[in-house]
Amino acid sequence: MALAIALVVIVVATVAFHFASPWWFTPIASNWGLVDDTILITLVITGAVFVAVNLFIALAIVRFRHRAGHRAAFEPENRRLEGRLTLLTTAGIVAMLAPGLYVYSQMIAAPDDAAQVEVLGRQWQWRFRFPGADGRLGRTDVRYVSADNPFGVNPDDPHGRDDVLVASPELHLPLGRPVALLLRSHDVLHNFYVPQFRVKMDLVPGLVSRFWLTPTRAGRFEILCAELCGLAHYNMRGHVVVEDEAAFRAWLAAQPTFAALR
Amino acid sequence: MSDRDLHTEPHSFWTKYVWSQDHKVIAIQYSLTAIAIGLVALVLSNLMRLQLGFPGAFDFIDPGRYYQYVTMHGMIMVVYLLTALFLGGFGNYLIPLMVGARDMVFPFLNMLSYWMYLLAVLVLVASFFVPGGPTGAGWTLYPPQAILPGTPGTEWGIVLMLVSLVIFIVAATMGGLNYVTTVLQARTRGMTLLRMPLSVWGIFVASILALFAFPALFVSGVMMLCDKLLGTSFFMPAIVSMGQPLAHGGGSPVLFQHLFWFFGHPEVYIVALPAFGIISDLISTHARKNIFGYRMMVWAIVAIGGLSFVVWAHHMYVSGMNPYFGYFFATTTLIIAVPTAIKVYNWTLTLWRGDIHLRVPMLFAIGFISTFVIGGLTGLFLGNVSVDIPLSDTYFVVAHFHMVMGVSPILAIFGGLYHWYPKITGRLLDERLGKLHFWVTFLGTYAIYMPMHYLGFLGMPRRYYAYEGYEFIPASAQDLNAFITVAALVVGVTQLVFLFNLAWSVRHGRPAGANPWGATTLEWQTPHTPPRHGNWGATMPEVHRWAYDYSVPGAARDFIPQNVPQEAGAGGEGPVWGGQV
Repeated sequence: MALAIALVVIVVATVAFHFASPWWFTPIASNWGLVDDTILITLVITGAVFVAVNLFIALAIVRFRHRAGHRAAFEPENRRLEGRLTLLTTAGIVAMLAPGLYVYSQMIAAPDDAAQVEVLGRQWQWRFRFPGADGRLGRTDVRYVSADNPFGVNPDDPHGRDDVLVASPELHLPLGRPVALLLRSHDVLHNFYVPQFRVKMDLVPGLVSRFWLTPTRAGRFEILCAELCGLAHYNMRGHVVVEDEAAFRAWLAAQPTFAALR
Repeated sequence: MSDRDLHTEPHSFWTKYVWSQDHKVIAIQYSLTAIAIGLVALVLSNLMRLQLGFPGAFDFIDPGRYYQYVTMHGMIMVVYLLTALFLGGFGNYLIPLMVGARDMVFPFLNMLSYWMYLLAVLVLVASFFVPGGPTGAGWTLYPPQAILPGTPGTEWGIVLMLVSLVIFIVAATMGGLNYVTTVLQARTRGMTLLRMPLSVWGIFVASILALFAFPALFVSGVMMLCDKLLGTSFFMPAIVSMGQPLAHGGGSPVLFQHLFWFFGHPEVYIVALPAFGIISDLISTHARKNIFGYRMMVWAIVAIGGLSFVVWAHHMYVSGMNPYFGYFFATTTLIIAVPTAIKVYNWTLTLWRGDIHLRVPMLFAIGFISTFVIGGLTGLFLGNVSVDIPLSDTYFVVAHFHMVMGVSPILAIFGGLYHWYPKITGRLLDERLGKLHFWVTFLGTYAIYMPMHYLGFLGMPRRYYAYEGYEFIPASAQDLNAFITVAALVVGVTQLVFLFNLAWSVRHGRPAGANPWGATTLEWQTPHTPPRHGNWGATMPEVHRWAYDYSVPGAARDFIPQNVPQEAGAGGEGPVWGGQV
């Protein structure tokens, strides 16, 4: 009996905790509200199953706990019941997977007009590079990396000369414009993570990974590293400043180009 | 049966308890070693919680040590405790007894398996005492970080870790071959595959998974050792580390992740399937009712085992792999929820209209269902690629895998130990201590992990030594972390009650008799308790029915052991297909 009570208390406490919890999604600042919706759909479906299974067990314990003279039923299987439960489960899975894949198809298809910005990670710093007036990022290679060429931009690539290099760990982005982030690392795995943006992606040495978003709320948000990268992983800090187009332009114009730094 | 002569009984202390080839002794050796190293992992987890709950209050936990605790806790729990205890412990003890064999088919190999396992554990423990300490790369050991400066234990720790894993895999392979072959070749007369108890099915399929999955870890371990010691570049692209260009080039860190998770995801089921089987038998026995939908349960185990090999990259949605993989792996991952859900339904339907005895093993079994359901359901968040992306690498993941892969299998292990201890020692574990142990552990783990999901919704990243100065994390999250730490310490200390019970009851427990639970399966029908060398005395048991003839209508008692002939058992007809050969 105590176990039945405990299961009911767990269910009640969990549901109460859910509604009373001060810990919930950090307010969103990107276009990925659909992701939050999909999480909520999943939460409703799985929450219902959690409540149902635990209460069913509690009820079974109350009704069928051992009493003198009581004997269990004998029922090896019930094909119809098993078939129905399988169908019901499949329907629940589809109800979660379909919206999930739909949202995913949008997440991996950056719009053609998305601006580009490169995020470079190294232990334990963030740096950023914008394509210059030509709209193209210059090619890079690890072997060009040095104290005065921290991005490893190929000095012979004309597209690289006008690249705008941001040495501080503060990235500015214009409000309401889609942006594709191209991610690179020079040493170990990192992960570019801004909780308010919802999307995140690893930085992998040896390849360029990417994701895209549209900032929808002005403000200053923290950048965290979400892939264990060594002793100072917890302290690899940065900021994203989302601001209107004019302020962004002014900030960008104040940053040096690759050519100016050589 | 003449094969009894092949298993001549050992007489000296050394051959009986140390260099033993008896599966029951090897099972105990495996279990005690796993529990001992598991205690180390438990202490490490509490040390981590001290730092998270009360940051800075314990000077000796610096970031390096913290990450070493994280890494060693994870690896010990997954590989050296759970895998070893389920396969080496329960597998060794239960398979020959449950299928009616005198021993494993390769007893000498079985002994070697244990000693290799012990060696692997010792090498792992040695890494605590080498310069630089154990590796702090996280239990996933992702390169390049695992072998580059900036990570603790890149001097010796990572080498010992990889060597230890390689040795462990040798041990697991020797054991796995034995378990699979014994199930296929050494079943007693009448024990068809579809009459085997689900515990055997779970361990059997898990052993097959282990034989296919561990080689991927083996090769990745060897390749990383080459990268570290010989300067090869399997996983190492061109890198500038701490300002220094390295000689590596051309390798792929993502390749390691594919290999690791090709092992790592089946590994989840290497742990889960034996737990599923054990729970099925515990529920059925203590509810005095046949397991509901036995055949469906068997097929679910097989289907889950098969599917577990095509879902691995759901651990890699944000790894930078080809994004189109996301569609495939999200779909396969959510499909695996169907057979898994069937198992949960059938456990609860077994309880329904049962005669439920809430003894300690049953408490743990029901606790398993409840915690496994949460862990399974949160898996539906993380398997669904677009839902995973915001939650990956947050505390939601920590809560998920601890519920599904930490708490629930551990509850299954506890349930199994309370259930079979009387057969192993001839005495029952103390019931009051058992109930205390259950209640604190069950409620405590809910207190620890349920709120942790919400820290994940908030976005709190995992594997952080400290969270000071992050504005998006409210101060109240620290209060919650302190609460979780207190709960974790209470649960941790309570495990001492269990250890005391294990040791004390060997001599002082209530004598159990041969079959204290009124169970049908063969291990409870041995002529001696504990079973002697060779298990069955002069005559081998013969099996006449499935493993779940509980409360058969018309039968005098509410259980009919598997070795009771059909006509002598039920008053009228037995279960129609259960009786078929």
